[in-house]
Amino acid sequence: MAEFLQQFVNGLAVGGIYALIALGYTMVYGVLKLINFAHGDLFTIGAYLGLTLLTSFGLADRVGPGVAVLLLVVMVMGFVAVIGIILERVAYRPLRNSPRLSAVVSALGASIFFQNAVMLIYGARFRVYPQNLLPKISLNLLGIYIPLVKILVLVVCVIMMVGLYLFIQRTTIGTAIRAAAIDQEAARLVGINVDGVITLVFIIGPALGGLAGLMVGILYGQIKFTMGWIYGLKAFTAAILGGIGNIPGAMLGGLILGVVEALGSAYISIAWKDAIAFCVLILILVVKPTGLLGERVAEKV
Amino acid sequence: MALLSVQRLTKSFGGLLAVHNVSFDVFSGEIVGIIGPNGAGKTTVFNLITGIYKPDQGEIVFDQHSIVGKAPHDIVKLGIARTFQTIRLFSNLSVLENVMAGAHCRMSSGVLGAMLRLPGQRREEREKIEEAMELLGLVGLQDFYDYLAGSLSYGNQRLLEIARALATHPRLLILDEPAGGMNERETEELIKLIGKIRDKGVTVLLIEHDMNVVMKICERIVVLEYGSTIAEGTPEEIQSNPRVIEAYLGTDEDE
Amino acid sequence: MKFNRKRFYLAAVPIFFLVPLILNPYWVDVLNSIGLYALLGLSLNLIVGYAGLFNLGHAAFYAVGAYTSAILNTTYHIPILLLLPVAGLAAGIFALIVARPIIHLRGDYLCIVTIGVGEIVRIALINDVFGITGGANGIFGIARPRIFGMVIRTPHQFFYLIWLFVAITVFLFYRLEDSRVGRALNYIREDEMAAEACGINVAHYKLISFVVGATWAGMAGNIFAAKMTIISPESFSFWESVLMFTLIILGGAGSIEGVLLGAFLIIGLPEIFRELSNARMLFFGAAMIAMMIFRPEGLIPPVPKKYRVFSGTDRGETT
Repeated sequence: MAEFLQQFVNGLAVGGIYALIALGYTMVYGVLKLINFAHGDLFTIGAYLGLTLLTSFGLADRVGPGVAVLLLVVMVMGFVAVIGIILERVAYRPLRNSPRLSAVVSALGASIFFQNAVMLIYGARFRVYPQNLLPKISLNLLGIYIPLVKILVLVVCVIMMVGLYLFIQRTTIGTAIRAAAIDQEAARLVGINVDGVITLVFIIGPALGGLAGLMVGILYGQIKFTMGWIYGLKAFTAAILGGIGNIPGAMLGGLILGVVEALGSAYISIAWKDAIAFCVLILILVVKPTGLLGERVAEKV
Repeated sequence: MALLSVQRLTKSFGGLLAVHNVSFDVFSGEIVGIIGPNGAGKTTVFNLITGIYKPDQGEIVFDQHSIVGKAPHDIVKLGIARTFQTIRLFSNLSVLENVMAGAHCRMSSGVLGAMLRLPGQRREEREKIEEAMELLGLVGLQDFYDYLAGSLSYGNQRLLEIARALATHPRLLILDEPAGGMNERETEELIKLIGKIRDKGVTVLLIEHDMNVVMKICERIVVLEYGSTIAEGTPEEIQSNPRVIEAYLGTDEDE
Repeated sequence: MKFNRKRFYLAAVPIFFLVPLILNPYWVDVLNSIGLYALLGLSLNLIVGYAGLFNLGHAAFYAVGAYTSAILNTTYHIPILLLLPVAGLAAGIFALIVARPIIHLRGDYLCIVTIGVGEIVRIALINDVFGITGGANGIFGIARPRIFGMVIRTPHQFFYLIWLFVAITVFLFYRLEDSRVGRALNYIREDEMAAEACGINVAHYKLISFVVGATWAGMAGNIFAAKMTIISPESFSFWESVLMFTLIILGGAGSIEGVLLGAFLIIGLPEIFRELSNARMLFFGAAMIAMMIFRPEGLIPPVPKKYRVFSGTDRGETT
């Protein structure tokens, strides 16, 4: 039972990260109907940026670990958001009126570009995060020890998700985003600045993705330039699982996928860990393409 | 015995009742028109007959067999071909290749036949190209056979869609606003063409907004409004039917 | 001057087959790699170029062909080249099983699922599935191919084996392109619903494109296994699929000449600019974006097919 709970909590932490990345996929898909293949690589950039700020700028030594982590979060989110805006301007906006699959190729190209840019800048090997950033304490809950960092990750994920949900549901700008997702043309007609909405989506999504990258660096301590690809695919799976275009769905999908994966690798086989997510992905698309919470049909009649 | 019998057809989209209890028959050799104001459910009826949508309720009988639930390509094979309201040609392919698409279901060669160029495959290609050229002759596009379909004028694209549909050798040809976007002269030619097609033994069912076309060529007319049939009869009967005048012709003049 | 395909090949092929005589083994080996990727590109082109289906898991079919050949060769000592059709068949059947449930998915979803399939296959190979794939180390000791008692060993010998197969493939695929099946795939790429409304069984032809494409990739896998004598899962990673996909998009999707050019550029250029070879994927990524914006049809887009017909007026006189 303790083993089960342990894995469950591990799964929740990873799942929270998947959910954060999935939000980026699902928001972009909601508004542009585009799978932003480069999103996973924005996550990678977030992780490496955090590394640079910590090591090259010695952020933690200058301001102390607590403030450093806060500063890191803000800086990484801001910087990755800027890259997100540039990505949209350069690779997607010129293709707004092209066939859908042209944009998919462009997204793939952007993904390849980012991934290799990171490799050329930081090298192809694993890079290690400073270990002394957060105190290594574990909390004893219900008889299992949970590292503080995992709890922090989960808390940050939940705060971000709830914040985003409230923003989308309760504010005027959030309403504009939802309107643009339902019908871009109609939204334009009633005076919504759809270009502005798209830019905003490419600020929020990448910022959350970059934050997820930072948290993976802090949580696992090592990062690699290819990691965005596998995390990206899994987050995309989470988005589909919850129902693409659906924000609470992405959160739910991420948490479920994280837990399923953690339990699967504990009780079935760790070697097949990555295959589990892909099987979930294929199964969902074949059996229920609308996902758990989605009303939107993921395929045309 | 009707060639096509639509019985109490009903279809809704997310609570919106697009087609409600629509029934009509089309007899062999007829030209039948479906008219009605925008949003009356005409195109939805066509999409139901051709298998693109599945009806919620009702029956569609073609040549004494139910075709409800059959895939669109199987319905084509049974003898129902169609054109689209918004032209759907393969615009980056040549005019001839577009017509050959219709001939596809009457050909049989497969991957190996193509790679090995077996004599049967070559004969089939020759025959069908010749047939396609004949159909292009019928609609008057034979000189454009190697043009890209997308480069044709609007009116000619509509004619090409008809040729493509005819290449399936249909018994029932369904035309969705064939005169849409055509000028007067083209429309006159179209009326003649539809007559010729019927004389070849093809039954025609069409949606058309141009009352001139409908009254000239249709022998019977079905009028839809808000997804339901409100009248059915000869052009004369329809023109003098008060409900039709109120529902359709009246609103048409306001536009 | 219009491009005359027949004249081009009549001039280019003999020259090309003489080229190895003046090249050292290193460069001949580069040409061999180009040949293999040309084969893979041509096979993937049936799916991506003709039918317009985005398949980013093509390496899975390549792997099935290579592993089938390697396993049968090392366990039962069946000559590797005799296994060529077996490798193709295995990959084709695998494609049929895998593609069948996903074939109706819309473009970008299909794309994601093919990535998933490719990864599952690679993970399965690493995990030594059924205890026959040799795990992460792969399979070694594959016997060299023999033709009429002659062992094929040097890059020069492989050059003729590989490029002969490329030539046959090009020949057959031109015929396929210009046929009922080829046209059906093009109709589907242009407008699925219109194709269906013309009586074309869209799902069936999509499957055909996958099965034939996979069959050819499987045969390419056989030749790859014969050439390397060692195969391991890392040769069939996602990046292989991306490479095959990229060369098609850059060269010209749906165009055989385009795919051949794409293979030369994607595999050949990094060899010429060796000092930049680390940056080659960076460059390709940027090129993909630029290509979609400025020239989405690729460097050599497919030319409209010409048909021999009697002109309308001639017909009037003869009949």
